[in-house]
Amino acid sequence: MVEIYNFVVGPLAWVGWGIFVVGIIYKLIYMYSLARAKDYSSLDYMSLPFSLRSIFVWSIPFYATNWKRNPAMTVATFLFHICLIAVPVFLLAHVVLWQKFFGITWATLPDQAADYMTLAVIAACVFFGVRRATDLRARYVTSYKDWLILILVASPFVTGFLAYHQIFNYKFMIILHIVSGLAWLALIPFTRLSHMFLGLFTRAYAGSEFGKVRHVKDW
Amino acid sequence: MGAVEYGIQNRKVDDIGLIQGAARLTPERIQKTIQKVLAGETGAKLKAYSEICVRCGLCAEACHFYMSHDGDPSYSPVGKVKQTMWVMLDKKGKVSPEFIYQAAQVAYTECNLCKRCVQYCPFGIDTAYIMLVVRRICHLLGVIPQYIQDTAHSHASTMNQMWVKDDEWIDALQWQEDEARDEIPNLRIPLEKEGAEIMYSVIGPEPKFRTQLIMQAAVLMNEAGMDWTMPATTGWDNSDMAMYTGDNEIMARLKRDHFECAQRLKVKRIVMGECGHAFRSIYDMGNRALAWRMHPVPVVHALEFYWELLRDGKLKVAKPFEKTVTLHDPCNVIRGRGLHEKAREVVRAFCPNFIEMIPNREHNYCCSAGGGVINCGPPFKNVRVQGNRVKAEQLKATGAEVCISPCHNCHGGLEDIIHGYKLGMELKFLIDIIYECMEKPNAAE
Repeated sequence: MVEIYNFVVGPLAWVGWGIFVVGIIYKLIYMYSLARAKDYSSLDYMSLPFSLRSIFVWSIPFYATNWKRNPAMTVATFLFHICLIAVPVFLLAHVVLWQKFFGITWATLPDQAADYMTLAVIAACVFFGVRRATDLRARYVTSYKDWLILILVASPFVTGFLAYHQIFNYKFMIILHIVSGLAWLALIPFTRLSHMFLGLFTRAYAGSEFGKVRHVKDW
Repeated sequence: MGAVEYGIQNRKVDDIGLIQGAARLTPERIQKTIQKVLAGETGAKLKAYSEICVRCGLCAEACHFYMSHDGDPSYSPVGKVKQTMWVMLDKKGKVSPEFIYQAAQVAYTECNLCKRCVQYCPFGIDTAYIMLVVRRICHLLGVIPQYIQDTAHSHASTMNQMWVKDDEWIDALQWQEDEARDEIPNLRIPLEKEGAEIMYSVIGPEPKFRTQLIMQAAVLMNEAGMDWTMPATTGWDNSDMAMYTGDNEIMARLKRDHFECAQRLKVKRIVMGECGHAFRSIYDMGNRALAWRMHPVPVVHALEFYWELLRDGKLKVAKPFEKTVTLHDPCNVIRGRGLHEKAREVVRAFCPNFIEMIPNREHNYCCSAGGGVINCGPPFKNVRVQGNRVKAEQLKATGAEVCISPCHNCHGGLEDIIHGYKLGMELKFLIDIIYECMEKPNAAE
């Protein structure tokens, strides 16, 4: 068990993080050169102020027309994404690892808060799952990939929660937690999860077209 | 999936263009064409859109087709992409002629390219763009509804949309000049006047069957004291159905002819009539196809032109238009150019009893005729009328006697909706009201 643990927090972590970072850089360079080669008639209209305006406006809950129209989805989406990022970055147990391996440290969340936020992520995943299964708008366009992604995103949080509360075998659970977390990171650049960074650019483009060319709001 | 299998397979419409086009296809040709378009004409935009769409379905309620079909998800924007582009991408173009038939029907007749869904997608995914790529593929495969293909043929052979012959065009202008002179004896429609300030351009259907609009515009130009002209050669037609069939080559030729016509006449700017798609083709798509960031000759849409005349005191209200009116915001000049406030200022100046429809401005529901859908002709009339029940409800809720629709395609579509749902509303172009209520200093007693 200890060897496996050392392996997953050592070499496997390097691999997971490596794929995540290099993958994103590769993807961004690839997409940018492709856009320059094939989408210049769109790229040429990009505008920084309108891009930022669009990203900013859509980051405010209940501001865009469609956020107002779908309150449950809006609450779930914002809660989910905020907790999804805040918990792994500011969890004390994670920051301790950064300190141990790289000697760096930053602010942390109280464990109790992180615990609730983890539950919020899991609850949001359940909500997304139920919605996907029952709301025709989503169900009609759902494929097996969407379910795999949902499970992939939920698993580090479920296993992390179980490990923290020492439910089932702690050592096994923590390894599962690390492996699923790393798998999640590594898959971000190559799956629908790439919306994490590509979504900013599609949003920016819509904002630019609507702001600079069409002179209307894109929300 | 549940008991009901939603999708285009349940609502296929017989169209000779689609039937004969699909009959000529082979799987090899389909695959080669799809791969050629995907590799040669699309890039990061389509890749990003396809990859990051999280299949949430939040775009559904943006679409009038979805809103008018009791929650049938196959009419939602993402539902249409699922039935067309995703399959082409997943199967790398290995799809059947039957699939192309259905994809063509979705892309040409169940999407108006109005881009309302772009405003509803958290990522700003442009479904209209994806539908245009599908249309491009169908165009190259020769699977296009017959009626709209006929207009594209007309564009290609006559440089106008309606098979108007060179002499018929001039004839129509002289006829309208004659008509106008009954009321305004000094009126001329100046042809080929080099160095005029304005070249006035219209769409092919104006000389063909909405000829009175030319007369009304001539009266406006004359009474406002404009230095204007109309061309006697090709290039007079600013419309562009090739843009909607996916025939990008003809689209570029048309726009080039239009701009070069204005440059030959050495005019300072082009003013165009109340047409939406023509504006899209000079402002959004045709100019880009020609690698111009913006149009090389300044172009002013009618709505903005009326507003300018009003602002400068060249257009004055003689009498108010008393009936209650509502205003339909056409996608291509509102969501496409932001002319909604200017349009309202003009409407309010003439119509004291103005009622907003809800939603309005850039959130207005589409007419369901634009994007070439009405040009797909009678076989698809029910598709667009039944597909826009929500528009009928929106119009009805205003209680207005008159609906102003400053766009040709919207006009045609709303006419069918008003009749189809028995709304008993009058439908007008803005110029109809301006012509009726403006001051005409040169008019005969």
